[in-house]
Order: sequence, then structure tokens, then C-alpha cells
Amino acid sequence: MPILEVEHLCKTFERTEVLKDISFSLEQGQVVSIIGSSGSGKTTLLRCLNFLERPDSGVIRVNGEVLLDAGDPSPDPDSVIRRKRLHFGLVFQSFNLFPQYTALENVMLAKELLAREQPDYKARKKEIHEEIRVLAEELLRQMGLENRMNNYPHQLSGGQCQRVAIARALALKPDILCFDEPTSALDPELTGEVLRVIKELADQQTTMLIVTHEMAFARDVAHHVIFMDDGYILEQGTPEEVFGNTREERTRQFLSRFNQG
Amino acid sequence: MELIMEQMPIVIRSLNIGFIQTLKLFFVTLAGALPLGLVIAFGSMSRFRPLKCLAQLGLPGWLTEFRPISCVTRIVVWIVRGTPLMIQLLIIYYFPGLVLNNPIWGGGESGRFLAASVAFIFNYACYFSEIYRGGIQSVPAGQEEAGLVLGMTRSQIFFKVTLLQMIKRIVPPMSNEIITLVKDTSLARIIALQEIIWAGQAFLKGSQGISGQIWPLFFTALYYLVFSGILTILLGRLEEKLNFFR
Repeated sequence: MPILEVEHLCKTFERTEVLKDISFSLEQGQVVSIIGSSGSGKTTLLRCLNFLERPDSGVIRVNGEVLLDAGDPSPDPDSVIRRKRLHFGLVFQSFNLFPQYTALENVMLAKELLAREQPDYKARKKEIHEEIRVLAEELLRQMGLENRMNNYPHQLSGGQCQRVAIARALALKPDILCFDEPTSALDPELTGEVLRVIKELADQQTTMLIVTHEMAFARDVAHHVIFMDDGYILEQGTPEEVFGNTREERTRQFLSRFNQG
Repeated sequence: MELIMEQMPIVIRSLNIGFIQTLKLFFVTLAGALPLGLVIAFGSMSRFRPLKCLAQLGLPGWLTEFRPISCVTRIVVWIVRGTPLMIQLLIIYYFPGLVLNNPIWGGGESGRFLAASVAFIFNYACYFSEIYRGGIQSVPAGQEEAGLVLGMTRSQIFFKVTLLQMIKRIVPPMSNEIITLVKDTSLARIIALQEIIWAGQAFLKGSQGISGQIWPLFFTALYYLVFSGILTILLGRLEEKLNFFR
């Protein structure tokens, strides 16, 4: 059974249809790259999965459980949505780290707030806090940031910030980790270090959904590639199929610009 | 000169008593207006749209998008900021007694202080609310979104993420308002609250055997100058403290 199933997702802003009948699925441990030009709906798709936007119609299933049925007339209350969100993690293009917290605190914060809801929180407060700290330090080490844990975001480079943001998302152990153009705000040198980290996660079978403009990376890291254009999924398949055996003229046109460059 | 030295202790004692009243009004106003201003800020940012459900009936957007709480709050803020604090003081102090025949403030200095506090708190809360609103809205939307995808509740996001960033941004404009408040407390003189200007001015007309003297007013000004100087330093320190992040 696929870990994620998206069926017939549609989303309209005002009068603009941004997502048109989006359907795809994702297997546990797989990486899906979503490519396409700006304004094709990639970001909106990720935002729908993370409940930052509510689709107008369509169904989202995780592990077979219906997380969202947009046709359902009574929307979930905030508290339920909050729980459902935790199936997904999201890494933003602009990092969105919390500036008043150190790298370590950024990674720990959400987990600590969630831990307060555990029934045994009061009794095991110190212990829980310690566990969370150990986990956060381990994640930051994995991101190559062992010397940067106590730095504030403004003291870090863009690439380091993005790696902290990845650790922050991983700390909640999401089923599916989503990346929204994670390197678009970085210069080429810093892009490399972030992509390396994502590649490592892929090697550890982290289930990921990556929106990116790095074509070589999309091809290299993904098991499955989705090409979006004007709100539709125009073409999807293995990297070999989409990049090597392109079916659609529009996809070829889009890819040619990258191949030249 | 000798005369001044003789009168000095009397004047200082009088000014001190007045200054204590000034300080009381200043701190009471801050204690009331800082939290009330935040409530008003949330009111004017309220997105509560009770007529939204009528959208299916094809009613026009301005009606279904109507936000009553925000609308009422913004009108109140407009009136309070758009009219002189002095008029508000006079109306709040005299209206209950003269029009409603119900002098809720009671007589005497304590009644005047109460009325002045209410007028100042309300007036300053409205100014503060606009500073808060600007502060909250200047925190990038990405901060809230990051909190949401990390499973935080809206109140956790406000208190753990947005609040400190907002405070950092509002310290400079807030400092400005607070310094203004130091001097605005003198407006309470209009309802004969015995604050420091009232005390200094008394020696112009004649009080405790001293009359026709202008120099106590220079002294009065000095009190304000020193106090706002201290506040400037303290608020500057706060600004520096918050410089640990950007």
C-alpha cells in the first residue's frame, strides 16, 4: 500500500485554477521530485498536503487513512488538523527558522511543546527534555552542524540555515518530508551542501517529496518524477522515462532550457 | 537669591508631592494600556465574518466579507486618536455627574485620579494598539506557517514565536509613545488633578506664602527632563538586549 495517495486534488484562488485534478501516489522510502516552471502549482500542492491551504476537492490518504476529503462538508477543527499535519514535514524555500532561538532550540521547540501533551510529562519532565535534546543534537550532527548548535540563525550561512530547517522538520519524525525549492535561495556553493544532505536522507530511505529546479538533482535522487504545468500533472514516471524518454512536447521544451544551461 | 534659597525647600516638597501623582498616573496608564492595547490590536485584526455563510446566496463581497469586530474597533480607535485627549478627559470626568446625575468618580483627588486613569488608559491603549498591529503584521507570514507545519497551536505560535519578534520591532515606536506619555500626564491638570504642573503653577498664583514666582516652573520642567532621560536610557538598554537576534 502506498504511504501517500493523492486523488483528484483541485484548488482555485479567486478565479485562478492553480491545481487541476492532481493524482499521484508515493511508496514508503521513495523519493518523488516535482519539477515544472514557476506558477505551475508545485508549491500550492505541497501547501495543500501540509494543510496550509485547503483544496476545493480531492482526497489525501496517508497509510490508507483518509486525512482530508475536501468534499466533506464539515471541515476538521484546528486541533484535529494540527495532529494530521504531523504526518508531513515541510522545508521552506526561505528556511523560516525562528530568529530568537539557537539552531538547537529551533530543532527542539516544537517537539517540546508537543511533549507537554503527553500524560506523563509532569512526572518525567527532565527526562523528556533530555531525550529531546539528545535527539536534536544527533540530528544536527547528522546535518554536519555539530559546531553550530548554539548559533542563532543570523550567525549562520544560508546553507547552514536550511540544514537546521531540515533537522527541525525531521525532529518530529514525519512520515513524508516535503521540500519546497530548498535551494532556490542559495548560491551554487551552498546549494551543494544542502543537496548532499537531502541525498543522504534519500539513501536512508526517507520518504520525500521534493519540489526543485535542480534538474540534475531531481533526476539523480528521485525514484519517480512528476512534471507539472499550468496546474496539471502533465507527465510522470521514472527519471529515465521523464528525462530520457520524454513523451510530451511541453516537457521537452521545459527540459531543453536546462539541458542547454 | 537668598529668598529663593529660603523658598526652595517648600517648593521642592510641593513639587515632590505633585510628581508622585504624575508618576502614579504614568505607571497606572502603562499598566492598563499595554495589555488593553494588545486586545484592541487583536480586535482590529479580527477576521471574524459572521455573514460569510451567506456567500452562497450570491450576496456582494463587501457584505459577506464584513468584519464587524474589526470595523467597530477601528472606528473607536479613529475617534480616540482623532480627538484631543484633553476633551476626552473633560468628558469622562464630567459626563457621569452632569448628564447622568451619577457622579461615579466621587469627589476629591482620588475621584479625579480615577477618571484621569480611565481616560489615559483608553487613549494610550488605542495608540499602542496601532503599534502592536504594525509589529505583529511585520513578522513574516513564514514564521506562523513554520509553526503550523510543526504542529504548534496558534497560541503557542503567538507566545513562543511571534511575540518576541514583535516586541523587538515595537520597542523604538513604543519608546516614543512612552516618552510622550510622561509629558501628556500634565493634561490631567485640566480636571485639577494635583500633579506636578498643578503644584508648580500654584506658586505663580500664590501658595504657602510664595506668589508670582516663575522659577518653580523651571524646576518642574527639570523633573520631566530627568525622568524622560532615565526612561530613554532604560528603553535603550531593552533595545540592546533584544539585539541578540535579527
